[in-house]
Amino acid sequence: MKELLLIAVGSAIVNNVVLSQFLGICPFLGVSKKTETAAGMGGAVIFVITLSSFVTAVIYKFILANTYLLNKGIDLTYLKTIVYILVIACLVQFVEMFLKKKMPPLYESLGVFLPLITTNCAVLGVALTNVTKEYGILESVVNGLATAIGFFIAIVIMAGIREKIEYNDIPKTFQGTAIVLITAALMSIAFMGFSGMI
Amino acid sequence: MNKYTERLYNGIIKENPTFVLMLGMCPTLAVTSSAMNGLGMGLSTTVVLVCANLLISLFRKVIPDGVRMPAFIVIVASLVTVVDFMLKAYVPALSASLGVYIPLIVVNCIILGRAESYASKNPVVPSIFDGIGMGLGFTLGLTCIGIVREILGAGQLFGAQILSLEWFTPITIFVMAPGAFLVLAFLVAGMNIIRKKMDAKGTPLAKPSGCITGDCSGCAHSAFCNDKKKED
Repeated sequence: MKELLLIAVGSAIVNNVVLSQFLGICPFLGVSKKTETAAGMGGAVIFVITLSSFVTAVIYKFILANTYLLNKGIDLTYLKTIVYILVIACLVQFVEMFLKKKMPPLYESLGVFLPLITTNCAVLGVALTNVTKEYGILESVVNGLATAIGFFIAIVIMAGIREKIEYNDIPKTFQGTAIVLITAALMSIAFMGFSGMI
Repeated sequence: MNKYTERLYNGIIKENPTFVLMLGMCPTLAVTSSAMNGLGMGLSTTVVLVCANLLISLFRKVIPDGVRMPAFIVIVASLVTVVDFMLKAYVPALSASLGVYIPLIVVNCIILGRAESYASKNPVVPSIFDGIGMGLGFTLGLTCIGIVREILGAGQLFGAQILSLEWFTPITIFVMAPGAFLVLAFLVAGMNIIRKKMDAKGTPLAKPSGCITGDCSGCAHSAFCNDKKKED
């Protein structure tokens, strides 16, 4: 239990996926103009990353790193990049179809963002990190959920700041993306303050 | 200028993926903490890009239009796996410091972007040159950012101490995460000035097309989204 908690705090806050690992920069810069859309995007990312961490961990354990195959000298783990990216792409499509049919209200709020996530590097990044750190299925899910929560925190804070920036008098050269990146730098410095926590 | 050198010029200068198009921001931010890492990442991406362009251009008439994105992704993912193993075997130190960002070349916008917008529509040889041009342009961008961050953050260049620590205090934050955002912010601001000057001269630069702009029109992955929009 203590280990899981450490993984969760570590991935969500200390090694924040956006601000210290630079994964998922695209939606972080692209979809952070309004707090509501940012929260929608964050919600969709939480949903997809948690689910995909579970599915990829199961596939890794029972198919790619199957002990029976390994004992026979067949090592399929080198296929993980190819398998993961395809599995994630299919998964997102399935989730979208499922939500559309069964949970229309949830689809209304998350649906628009789902296709955007298909090739989001954070999703693949988390799946691959789970393998590198040799996490089991439960640990992978916790790590996925925590990473995604970290993303949610970062994007919602960013959107909040950007809403305020709208009213500020920014030098012309820095308007648009440049000031957003400077904001991200300051946020990143703030998050570095957590680095002594674990 | 024949069409091959035109492709190289286009990739390295005119539509430089880092400076002008602002594509592939995740690796640009993540691996440029030193010039060597930037160079290594750039060259790995170049290899994948050239081979992917070659294969996709070769198979462009065979791959059905409806499943082209999954097909491209499989091709790119296989190439990335090969490059990953090569790096692990021959330059283990570089492979360790680039870590998860090597397999993440699969989702780099530049590669799928060139596949979608160039290689899938053009013959093999120009596609190869397009890959070389874009790849070298990306390498140039990453290396330049890496050099700036390494000099400011450690006083080093490619690992050699060029600014003496006797009078130079390294601004360590530049080799850490916030430094990446800061350098990129000033790069974007600098490009804004250049863009304005070029506009005034009547030779405007190509528009940035990455996710950094906040609109998906130039993003290769938007093919997924756009297909969706058509269905709806």
